[in-house]
Amino acid sequence: MSPAPKLYRQASWHEPVVMALGAPGRRGLLFPAVESEVAALGDTASLVPASMRRRNAPALPEMTEHDTLRHYLRLSQQILGMVGISLFGTCTMKYNPRMSEAMGLRPQMAALHPLQDASTLQGVLEILWNFDNILRALSGMDRFTFQAAGGADAAYTHVCVTRGWLASRGELGERDEIVTSIQAHPCNPATAAAAGFKVITLPLEEGGYPSLDALRASLGPRTAALMIGNPDDMGIYNPQMKEWVRLTKEAGALAFYDHANFNGVMGKIRARDLGFDACMFMLHKTFGGPKGGGGPAVGAYGCSAELEPFLPRPLVAKRSDGSFALDVPAHSVGKVREFLGNVHIVMRAYAWARGMGAAGIHEASDLSVLANNYMQKGLSAIRGVAVSNPDVEGPRMEMTRYGVGPLKQDTGIGVVELGNRMTDYGIDAPWLSHEPWVVPEPFTPEAGELWSKEDIDTWVAVVAKVCEEAYSDPDLVRTAPHHAAIGKVLAEGCEDPARWATTWRAFQRKHGDAARQAAE
Amino acid sequence: MTVESAHPWMANSTPEAKAAMLRKIGAPSIESLFAQIPEDHRFRGTLDLPPALASEVALKRHMLGLLKKNADCETNLSFLGAGIWQHHVPAVVDEIAGRSEFLTNVWGTPMSDHGRNQAWFEFCSQLGELIGLEFVGLPVYSWGCAIGYAVRMAARMNGRREVLVPASMDPERLDVLRQYAEPEGSAGHIAVVPVAFDAATGLLDLADLKSKISARTGAVYFENPGFLGVIETQGAAIAAMARAVGAECIVGVDPISLGVLAPPAEYGADLVVGTIQTLGVHMSCGGGAGGFIASRDEERYAREYPTLNISIAPTVNRGEWGFALSLSHQSSYGMREEGKDWTGNSVYLHAIAASAYMTLMGPKGFAEIGERILQRTAHAANLLGNVKGVRPRFTQGLFKEVVLDFTATGRSVSAINKALLAQGMFGGRDLSDLPGFEGCALYAFTEIHTAEDVRRLATALTEIVT
Repeated sequence: MSPAPKLYRQASWHEPVVMALGAPGRRGLLFPAVESEVAALGDTASLVPASMRRRNAPALPEMTEHDTLRHYLRLSQQILGMVGISLFGTCTMKYNPRMSEAMGLRPQMAALHPLQDASTLQGVLEILWNFDNILRALSGMDRFTFQAAGGADAAYTHVCVTRGWLASRGELGERDEIVTSIQAHPCNPATAAAAGFKVITLPLEEGGYPSLDALRASLGPRTAALMIGNPDDMGIYNPQMKEWVRLTKEAGALAFYDHANFNGVMGKIRARDLGFDACMFMLHKTFGGPKGGGGPAVGAYGCSAELEPFLPRPLVAKRSDGSFALDVPAHSVGKVREFLGNVHIVMRAYAWARGMGAAGIHEASDLSVLANNYMQKGLSAIRGVAVSNPDVEGPRMEMTRYGVGPLKQDTGIGVVELGNRMTDYGIDAPWLSHEPWVVPEPFTPEAGELWSKEDIDTWVAVVAKVCEEAYSDPDLVRTAPHHAAIGKVLAEGCEDPARWATTWRAFQRKHGDAARQAAE
Repeated sequence: MTVESAHPWMANSTPEAKAAMLRKIGAPSIESLFAQIPEDHRFRGTLDLPPALASEVALKRHMLGLLKKNADCETNLSFLGAGIWQHHVPAVVDEIAGRSEFLTNVWGTPMSDHGRNQAWFEFCSQLGELIGLEFVGLPVYSWGCAIGYAVRMAARMNGRREVLVPASMDPERLDVLRQYAEPEGSAGHIAVVPVAFDAATGLLDLADLKSKISARTGAVYFENPGFLGVIETQGAAIAAMARAVGAECIVGVDPISLGVLAPPAEYGADLVVGTIQTLGVHMSCGGGAGGFIASRDEERYAREYPTLNISIAPTVNRGEWGFALSLSHQSSYGMREEGKDWTGNSVYLHAIAASAYMTLMGPKGFAEIGERILQRTAHAANLLGNVKGVRPRFTQGLFKEVVLDFTATGRSVSAINKALLAQGMFGGRDLSDLPGFEGCALYAFTEIHTAEDVRRLATALTEIVT
């Protein structure tokens, strides 16, 4: 029995942009006066060369500490933010254990400087080393780096390592093509291009993945690497992946596994066992780190012993006396980002992995796949909803793509309107699909191991309810949301140079009268 | 394998939930749901992981045991800077950045997540006031990455593949820039050419700049204050030289300085990049890194941003404003390999913290912190210069950092730092990897330091070097 969906009402504070708040002279933060011996050095103006002195104070708001807190609390209340249910697919929504958040604020984590002597960072280095070992066990790889500040940055790390590996063989510039599929995340072709490679994108064929013939035709003496994910966002696992890797290696190229969709296969497969040279995991999704609205994140990049000498520097090393140090790999490609990466997020991921253990991680991939197929039963029964790749039979992996193409055809209501109306029920709008849309009006939910059977039931019931509304009262859905902090945003101007404004000062210049009114 | 009891992070880890879900699916077992994976792909061994600590009690004890092996900058007295700085993080900022609504989720619609979009717009707006520019993108991974992206933007705009940088640039950021500039032999290689600096003042050597700048130069990059703590006074001249050859002038800044230092747009910066770590973000062993890119609000710049951007926009309700993404199609999300470099997760939670921090600061807060840092830096350079054998390399126009030359003491920086560590002090960054600075270290002084702290350092150094 599905529970009847209940409407939700978001706080609506009519909160002005902070630039219009405050009053002259108010202070939110004071700094201690300097001691007399410091003041004795003279006028502060004399300490700045005249040509570089600031003449006009920045037009920032002048707010008290309490008013600042209240302003941002009001803003936070105008974010749905997973307080209801978010099955935002491809992002693997997880609970972020608050103990780890508390650990992150302790001085032994928050007040560490990356250039401290290694002897003073033994705890952090041990965490990095231990977590490297956990990921080695899960992937079969020989070494991980955590310098990449997100999944896309880990893909970038791979193309940088590929350049280093090619250069060492005298093949940089010779092997200048990277092969991927249209279903691979955009960061794969994008980072390949940004690193100087040409991109070959394979189309989808029978079964929902590119054919081996297409792969064979794309590989050759110019191939530098294959960058591929599996399963894809449709929940389809390409059973020919071992052959893909074999053919890639046979062509003299590297095989990189984008493990963004790891949640359903954790403990079930290992990238190195399939022959891959390298892989990446996203610690801010699969391993329980907070999303933060888009980072700070970590793309953990792992590789074989053959590629290890090319990894970004530095890497944690364990000495024979059990202590930890930082080493520079022999042929390091340099850095993809400063220092050791988002170490505080690695700390959280390590705590997550320890909290789960081997059995827990197995259980999580079990539950992810179970929950998705359970949800699919419910969603595929809804009028207006189509399951992607209907010709593919059998269970899907941890997520399935759907489309409301039929609903759009019948009622004119598409997936964006569906998502907007779902938020009226306290449900975060679902992830749709990366571009290009292969499925019309797509959406991609993923329940993972977090959400309860009742949450999934509620989510499915809300989709069913909104689809019903689309048939019975399409205007109600078209004009949604009705219970959000603000009315529907008219975003066309955001693409118009005369109207877009990414700052208050641009807004004031382009929309003077409106800006004055908004400040009232 | 099964867990012994339901797990606090997994709602359906009860036999009842599993059975009910399997019943609805009509599947005999969970294992049967993995039918798509060929048997010869499956890992059937035992995962070699350390034992589970499913109880928070045990996990907390374990994590604390590890973290206590670190020595931190609160218990010790640290003078490390060089890319990550110890500034005060107000408690209110931690409270705001720790709110579940900001912390846990990715993003929603412009309506359902209006509050976060507004906070992002406020981040861009306040930063725009500090640097004096109208177009500010959402943050990027770090300052170094921001330089890399900005240099690539310039190369796309003018088709030139050369960037001039100060020879005194931070080796850490330079490493990142070289990555983004692609190595020689890579299709999009951009040559990174160092420009000499004046050994006495630390300022850029304009004669050397003149000899190196040409119609091949795509961008000129410098920082204010520079890596070595010196305020670059020739900003306008450098920007004019860049403009004269049709190159973009990119300036890197630490925004904490902008209450007292001129906004870079005022002396001719076309693109401004920098750190946001100093704006209320904990150091977290370097995890606090974060960067930004800004420019004039001109289409030729806006259309090259690799970042996601948030614009204010009207809603269906008259007089009401919301926010939506701007120019997202030109990102890699919209155009894959045809997009502007690549976009992904960044450090958006740091943008929330930085927004709250800038609100607390206001114009007077920035002026005050800037003045305090100027004073404390000058005081430290003065006091430490009195230690026998210790010489500040630069003495004029310093902000936050001082190069101390220990050559005359006959002791290496590493030996000095080791001795300081024994007294609970973290000495400055060893500059031995920067040509011409063997025997030197970079010491940072911020609002958190007191005159007593600096005296303690001076006393310790005196003992160590004599």
